[in-house]
Amino acid sequence: MTTRRDFLKEVGGGLVVVLVASRVPALATLGAEPSLHAGEADDTDRISAWLHIDERGAVTVYTGKVEFGQGIRTSLTQHVAEELRAPVESIRLVMGDTELTPFDMGTFGSRSTPQMGLQLRRVGASARELLIGLAAERWKVERSRLVAENGRIVDTQTKRALGFGELTAGRRLTETITADVAPKPATAWTIAGSSLPKVGARDIVTGKHQYTSDMRLPGMLYGRVLRAPQMGATLANVDTSAASAVKSAVVVHDGTFVGVAAPSSAEAKRALEAIRPTWTPPSEPQPSSTSVHEHLKRSSSRASGRQAGGEGGGGAQPFVHGNVDAALASADHKLARTYTVAYIAHVPLEPRAALAQWTRGAEGDRLTVWTGTQRPFAVRDELVRALGLVPERVRVIVPDTGSGYGGKHTGEVAVEAARLARGAGKPVKLVWSREEEFRWAYFRPAGVIDVGAAVSEDGAITAWTFDNYNSGPAAIRPSYAIANQRVAFHPSDSPLRQGSYRGLAATANNFAREMHVDELARLVSMDPLAFRVKNIEDARLRAVLEAAAEKFGWGKKPERGNGVGIACGFEKGGYIAACAEVAADRASGAVKIVRVVAAFDCGAVVNPAGLRSQISGGIVQGIGGALFEAVDFENGVVRNARLAQYRVPRFLDVPEIAVILINRKDQPSMGAGETPIIAIAPAVGAAIYDATGIRVRSLPMARNGLGASTT
Amino acid sequence: MLIELDVNGRRQRVDVDPDRTLLSVLREELELTGSKYGCGEGECGACTVLLGARAVRSCQTPVAKAAAAPVTTIEGLEREGRLHPLQQAFVDEGAMQCGYCTAGMIMAGVSLLKSTPSPTTDQIVRGMNGNVCRCGAYPQIVAAIERVASEGKKP
Ligand code: FES
Ligand code: FES
Repeated sequence: MTTRRDFLKEVGGGLVVVLVASRVPALATLGAEPSLHAGEADDTDRISAWLHIDERGAVTVYTGKVEFGQGIRTSLTQHVAEELRAPVESIRLVMGDTELTPFDMGTFGSRSTPQMGLQLRRVGASARELLIGLAAERWKVERSRLVAENGRIVDTQTKRALGFGELTAGRRLTETITADVAPKPATAWTIAGSSLPKVGARDIVTGKHQYTSDMRLPGMLYGRVLRAPQMGATLANVDTSAASAVKSAVVVHDGTFVGVAAPSSAEAKRALEAIRPTWTPPSEPQPSSTSVHEHLKRSSSRASGRQAGGEGGGGAQPFVHGNVDAALASADHKLARTYTVAYIAHVPLEPRAALAQWTRGAEGDRLTVWTGTQRPFAVRDELVRALGLVPERVRVIVPDTGSGYGGKHTGEVAVEAARLARGAGKPVKLVWSREEEFRWAYFRPAGVIDVGAAVSEDGAITAWTFDNYNSGPAAIRPSYAIANQRVAFHPSDSPLRQGSYRGLAATANNFAREMHVDELARLVSMDPLAFRVKNIEDARLRAVLEAAAEKFGWGKKPERGNGVGIACGFEKGGYIAACAEVAADRASGAVKIVRVVAAFDCGAVVNPAGLRSQISGGIVQGIGGALFEAVDFENGVVRNARLAQYRVPRFLDVPEIAVILINRKDQPSMGAGETPIIAIAPAVGAAIYDATGIRVRSLPMARNGLGASTT
Repeated sequence: MLIELDVNGRRQRVDVDPDRTLLSVLREELELTGSKYGCGEGECGACTVLLGARAVRSCQTPVAKAAAAPVTTIEGLEREGRLHPLQQAFVDEGAMQCGYCTAGMIMAGVSLLKSTPSPTTDQIVRGMNGNVCRCGAYPQIVAAIERVASEGKKP
């Protein structure tokens, strides 16, 4: 065995590190999960696939979901603690490990809370009942006098107790998960429903938590990948001789893939820069950001409906109800408008990263990749396909990751790291640069949305047409009661690689819808809140709207010529309403959001503090897309591929935010990572209009001030 | 070139190209990975460390320059197993989601509190504006800094 010190000398290529105390390599424990559990994960109707209790009572929970900052490591722990009646500290979650955790589609679509939460509650309840049964057998008493509490089964008559670990003695709990025991209703929760601090917070504030980009294996090299000068360019030929001459760098050339690996990132960079490629540009010029909306609309008829990157989302059926044309023909008032949204980038603060390690076993090569992806099993399959492997020999492990927002569904960085590691014969870590993130990740789709509506003199919406080109079908149907509707999503030919994003197209669709509704209200001289309430059927949607309006002081005139706006939306089981006050100056075009009040209902609240943070975080992120975020591109080249050029929300952009939680303990808990983002843009858009009389129908609304956006 | 650094109170020598960034030397040579790479262009603050009492972007600091003053990274804030008050405040206020910005935020906040022990909200917002939290935990981060300021604990 090489010691830490020898290893540094070895890989450092002459590097001398003095006084670094020999310490356990940070990774010694990673990948060394109890192999006991490997192979369990397939039997998903058994408790053992999901939960293990060791002889000392430590509980390990296995879930294919991953933690990206949305807080499910904490909320799922609360659910297990609640059902199992085990202390929170005794529970540890193993997440997103294709060898240890049951198969999972991925962490997106706000499904972790409603689906995984419920699943783990059932698992916890089943395990608890099993433990009670074991104790009853052991003591030869009636089950009914036994209760589970605080990691033990207690006999209520004799007060004797046995710890969970003593009862199971570490054996696998192969019993079937039962549907007979109903999980506790939210009204009886004591651990779930409370603001348990984030699990793992201490490791984050001390810098100990190892994100993928922080990991290190003995002998590991740092990778870099050769990129084309423009999208669609192909490699004609490449001269790697100078790069190979860079001390200790390895050049990996594998088909069209060219990359390097070296003992430090600086050497890897130098080696990459020494590569001399020749590129063939794509044969046809590509649309630019200035002409993209016409392009998307024009190309929609010939698009295949395929959406590269992410989970797709094309191909929704048009929705038709009543007779739109007749309703439009006989309408009191009609209004048709076009709205557009730009491509935006996720900008996860931790760029894509992967660490790949090949090991040789008796049955052949095995590949382990640590990577921050929202879809570990899909990335495993991507590795299998790209590298010609079998799934049993590929393991993907997802450490808690530096965010994703829908931007890390794919495995390109994992495949690249695996290629480099295979070529170099050593583990390789590859971390994309910020610039690579901007250029080569996928984007939230741009789109064009045509909206038409008819409204009666007394303020009832009587007809609604809605055509979305390219941005996607999420939350495309109105949450208003409208008798005559025609709603359609038209996939287009996207010039940029596009995919999932927090809230998907719900942001674009809700922007177009709510801006249109605001304009309709003014058309019939109604207050936008009263107009909505009149047209909403769903009591929960009305409740969030009224709660936000009340706290905001809707109806009071804002100060100093500020404008106010209101909007609401429903998506993925969550109801959101937001009121915004904006200071906007018509002459200078400057826009500042002064305050926001948001009300949110996603059923029974599992962790109020975590939920508030998700809501305010969604609003902050939504402000970026609402006001200034947009990807500029021209002929296959992203023009603003630096953080200095692509503006994201900062401290100074953040308004005073008040969040109202509507805790519906009688309703199932739904996800909250996405829906809170969808109401902010139209609320701000309406407020801009209120302040200035300018209707901005494009996102972002005030990138270079208001004037520039409206031209 | 052999460069001597004082990092978190320990003197260490590294033999590296003097142009290398302090961030890459901390992370790759000294295994102090608490400081993060977020942009490499001085725009996000994820790499913030203290050079003396001043917060610097370690991705923009050539390692040779860091020999001039003691370097403090997030790993150097804890004292005998006790968190620095601002680290504790980040936990208590839930001032993180993914946590990737957190080290840089805390280091920037520590520096702010050193120079301005009782900052107004406006001073916090302006002082911290160079640090990006893409998860949007800004309100909770401001609250954490305010909590330390109001507790009057010595930062
Ligand atoms: S990594 Fe240094 S400022 Fe972003
Ligand atoms: S907590 Fe994710 S970037 Fe700040």
